[in-house]
Amino acid sequence: MSIKLEMNKENILIATIDQAGRTANVINDESRKGFESLIKKLKSDDNIEGVIITSGKDDFVVGGDIDAIYAIKNEKEAFEVVETFKGFLRELETCGRPVIAALNGTALGGGLELALACHYRIALDEKKLKLGLPEVMLGLLPGAGGTQRLARLIGIQNAAPLMFEGRKLSATEGQELGIIHELASTKEDMMEKASKWIRKNPTPKQPWDKKDFQWPGGDPVSGEAMNIWAVGPSMINQKAWGNYPAPIYIMACLFEGTRVDFDTALRIESAYFAKCVLSKESHNMINTLWYQLNDIKKGKYRLASVPKYTAKKVGVIGAGMMGAGIAYVSASAGIDVVLKDVTNESADKGKDYSRNLLAKRVKKGKMTEAKAEEILSRIKPTGDAKDFEGCDLIVEAVFEKRELKAKVTKEASEHMLKDGIFASNTSTLPITGLAEQYPHPENFIGLHFFSPVDKMQLVEIITGAKTSPETLAKSFDYVQQINKIPIIVNDSRGFYTSRVFQTYVMEGMALLAEGENPASIETLSFMAGMPVGPLALADELSLRLMAEIFETTKKDLLAEGKKVTESPGMEVVFKLLNEFKREGKKAGAGLYEYPKEGKKFLWPKLKEVFPSKKAPMSEIDMRDRILFAQAVEAARCYEEKVVTNTGDANVGSIFGWGFAPFKGGVLQFINDYGTRDFVVRAQDLTKKYGPRFSPPASLVKLAEKNAPIT
Amino acid sequence: MSHAFIYDAVRTARGKGKKGGKAHEVKPTDLLKPLYQALEQRNKLDTQKVADVLLGCVTQVQEQGANIARVSALAAGWNQDVPGMTINRFCASGLEACNSAAMKVMSGQDSLVVGGGVESMSRCAMGADGGAWYLDPILNNDLGFIPQGVSADLVATLEGFTREDVDNFAVQSHKKAVMAWEEKRFQKSIVPLKSMMGEVLLAQDELIRPDASLEGLKGLNPSFQKPGDYGFDTTARRKYPMVERVQHVHHAGNSSGIVDGAALMLIGNEKIGKELNLTPRARFVATAVIGSEPTIMLTGPTPSAQLACKKAGLKISDIDLFEVNEAFAAVVLKFIKDLDIDKNKVNVNGGAIAMGHPLGATGAVILNTLVDELERTKKRYGLATLCVGAGMGIATIIERL
Repeated sequence: MSIKLEMNKENILIATIDQAGRTANVINDESRKGFESLIKKLKSDDNIEGVIITSGKDDFVVGGDIDAIYAIKNEKEAFEVVETFKGFLRELETCGRPVIAALNGTALGGGLELALACHYRIALDEKKLKLGLPEVMLGLLPGAGGTQRLARLIGIQNAAPLMFEGRKLSATEGQELGIIHELASTKEDMMEKASKWIRKNPTPKQPWDKKDFQWPGGDPVSGEAMNIWAVGPSMINQKAWGNYPAPIYIMACLFEGTRVDFDTALRIESAYFAKCVLSKESHNMINTLWYQLNDIKKGKYRLASVPKYTAKKVGVIGAGMMGAGIAYVSASAGIDVVLKDVTNESADKGKDYSRNLLAKRVKKGKMTEAKAEEILSRIKPTGDAKDFEGCDLIVEAVFEKRELKAKVTKEASEHMLKDGIFASNTSTLPITGLAEQYPHPENFIGLHFFSPVDKMQLVEIITGAKTSPETLAKSFDYVQQINKIPIIVNDSRGFYTSRVFQTYVMEGMALLAEGENPASIETLSFMAGMPVGPLALADELSLRLMAEIFETTKKDLLAEGKKVTESPGMEVVFKLLNEFKREGKKAGAGLYEYPKEGKKFLWPKLKEVFPSKKAPMSEIDMRDRILFAQAVEAARCYEEKVVTNTGDANVGSIFGWGFAPFKGGVLQFINDYGTRDFVVRAQDLTKKYGPRFSPPASLVKLAEKNAPIT
Repeated sequence: MSHAFIYDAVRTARGKGKKGGKAHEVKPTDLLKPLYQALEQRNKLDTQKVADVLLGCVTQVQEQGANIARVSALAAGWNQDVPGMTINRFCASGLEACNSAAMKVMSGQDSLVVGGGVESMSRCAMGADGGAWYLDPILNNDLGFIPQGVSADLVATLEGFTREDVDNFAVQSHKKAVMAWEEKRFQKSIVPLKSMMGEVLLAQDELIRPDASLEGLKGLNPSFQKPGDYGFDTTARRKYPMVERVQHVHHAGNSSGIVDGAALMLIGNEKIGKELNLTPRARFVATAVIGSEPTIMLTGPTPSAQLACKKAGLKISDIDLFEVNEAFAAVVLKFIKDLDIDKNKVNVNGGAIAMGHPLGATGAVILNTLVDELERTKKRYGLATLCVGAGMGIATIIERL
């Protein structure tokens, strides 16, 4: 039984949700059956004075069962599933007797919606207890009355952002907002408070079921409220660019909910919920941000036979932006850090990076001063490699020069633990070659961090030819230890993320070379789902660096006797560098102008330097080129086994360079498009724009049967 | 098909559409009452002869709700046999009412119809009627709703009109309106508004600023920067990706003024004119309405003018005078640029930037002004046009008789 029912001496029915075989309770068929029997019991036993709903797990209820939601095949089914659950909740809150939610732990999604259908909510005052309606993160909406009850409880203006952002609240924040009525110090205290409330309030009614109900925060129908409805969708699309239907549907639930009675509003919400469940966006997001991300987090691609490793003392070589960031995230995770640079002073400067970040957190009230001090004390800045003594892991983050890297590798290897791991944070140099400089190449690996390290969640782990499975597994553990997401890739030029990411930047440049409007290139990239435009990114990278990387790559490829294909976008790089001396953002002049005051803007002369040669390209061709360039390259990486599973490819694309999350990442984009249609379109783009769009053979083969990439 | 003749046209002066405005104490039906009476008296009209009253009114709520056309005619003491219908085509409502009245006459179904419009913006606030277009989040999102001011700024951005261009146009509007009043060019049509106590409240457009100057306008902050920053600019860019940043150039001084006002026009066929001994002043040549892209919203004048010309078998160059509603300066500048018109033919007596835009009445007001000016200058063809909410346009060509 998923819900245990016990009558206590005071004739209060204690309903304890405790689903067998699960670490946390969810809303699914099984729990719904539990609610059905709870309702039956309530109806058949007039002796029941009141009900207390609580949980037998650490958490209360953590939400709907994603497996069940993902399996839903049509809108009617989705509609009926939530309508059934809603029916139970409606019966609970109108049963004429007090129903209390005793939140012993986290209540999210359907869990919080269940609590909202109770007359009174008491929560344990514990830090780990979280409250929230995070459905939007997976392209869904609170479909069990959450949009309606929360809005009627705390007002639309307070409720809307919680649902749009999926933000999680502490019990205290919940109380401040009016979601939680009372906090309790212990479980006993909570049950005592619940019983007391039941005795005092024998026949409670929900605010929305009272005749004198008034919307908190003012009339949502007329006057000022009209401005809020008018601007709402545009506010959402400021970041969403029209790509995320769920928040718009949430807003529609709220809006229509203000025009109709409560029960009708619940039914309208169910219909919008059904639309969300069947949306491609939700399907893509669940695929990648739920299943594939969870697979990574659970270590599906980590060799299970290697015992779990915990890094104790980490050495970081190079106290520049990357090294300083790696030191910060490591120290924050409780690891002792030796931060080395050429001199003590420059290493100190690297430590200042952490000092500043921590001070900001303290100032914002997110951390205590003591905690910040503790973290800071773990970082030892030094100019002496001897301080690496006892380090079980070294991460090197010096300039991308082979000789320099060889030198620091050798130096560190003399002092660190003999069986320690040496990791290179390179984004361009092949790992196998770098490993030769280390006495134990089997313990050598690539850890590609992203900038800024404290914000970017991804770390790309690169295995060299000789890297051992143990080293890989331990590196994986370290990345998780510092609360980052590890993906595993094989050694290859540009590895995975840089290689695919640069196709995005170069495609934007190619469009510019063809004379397309630069503003259109940037805007259409946003509309395609990319967070930063390709021309802005080129400036961030610096055109000088792009040219250098291109020359090095060309040299290397020629040395290997391989063919060099120059992306048509390189024309822009060389022209701006050589003819106009525009190097990028750091130089203060690139594709953009960077005025001392005010925002950057596209260099007005771009249109003259790269004049339009024909009528503007269709928006759909531009958007497709931006996404297909990346997807085709990712498919090649998959074929070449640079990435070895779709999860790493998709998760890496979203967290590495921000590839459209609503597409579920770069390979899911192909699956969502349908491999057959994708190949047809890619071949069409190849004919029109060049061989970089040509789909790899493995994809063409899948397309024959329209089979997805797995 | 019968001709539709304009026999008479009257309007109120326009009062500032807010508390303290001279027409604020006048209820919407009373904005119309002196106009009904003027038509009746000036034409010695047996009102029973009027087949219908069609009035434009945008914000049809409260005092302006529930078919103000029918109610105001009764309130003015017209014969109960005269029906009434209120029309909402946003800012085109007044012109649409006149056009529809003309079409009733041209079709031969009716002989004499009154068209016109009314809007007390001080008493029934713009937007008070809501609407699915922008309130409903689904439609708002699907249609890419942005407020008109942001649309106007988008027009200016795409056309490359600078702040100075639009301010300059605004100053000219005031100067032309001052001159028109000094030369008593509106005298024939203005009916003074009186208080309940019989004192004249308003006999001249209240909003005009004889001292309007480029310098003075320079100090005004762009009105639509803030809404743009809230997200409407992004919505605009989704429709117009070539825009890197919307340039916000419009403000209270180069946009149409919020005012109270009304206008009526007596339209009939040749036969009734003879029967009632009325002299025709102009005839309707062609009318046109079009739909256009709803986010930019305000680009309808050009295609509607072109369509009206096509229907009339005329070229733009055949038109002697244009009245283009000055909803925002950029709208008129774009019309002039699109059709390559001599700006001295456009809004020769000023426009809504100087005198105000009483939403539902404006179309009838500018058609009235056009008749007066064609007569004064003895010109032949005139074209009145307005940009319209949600992406529409309207145009009417008349010929002086």
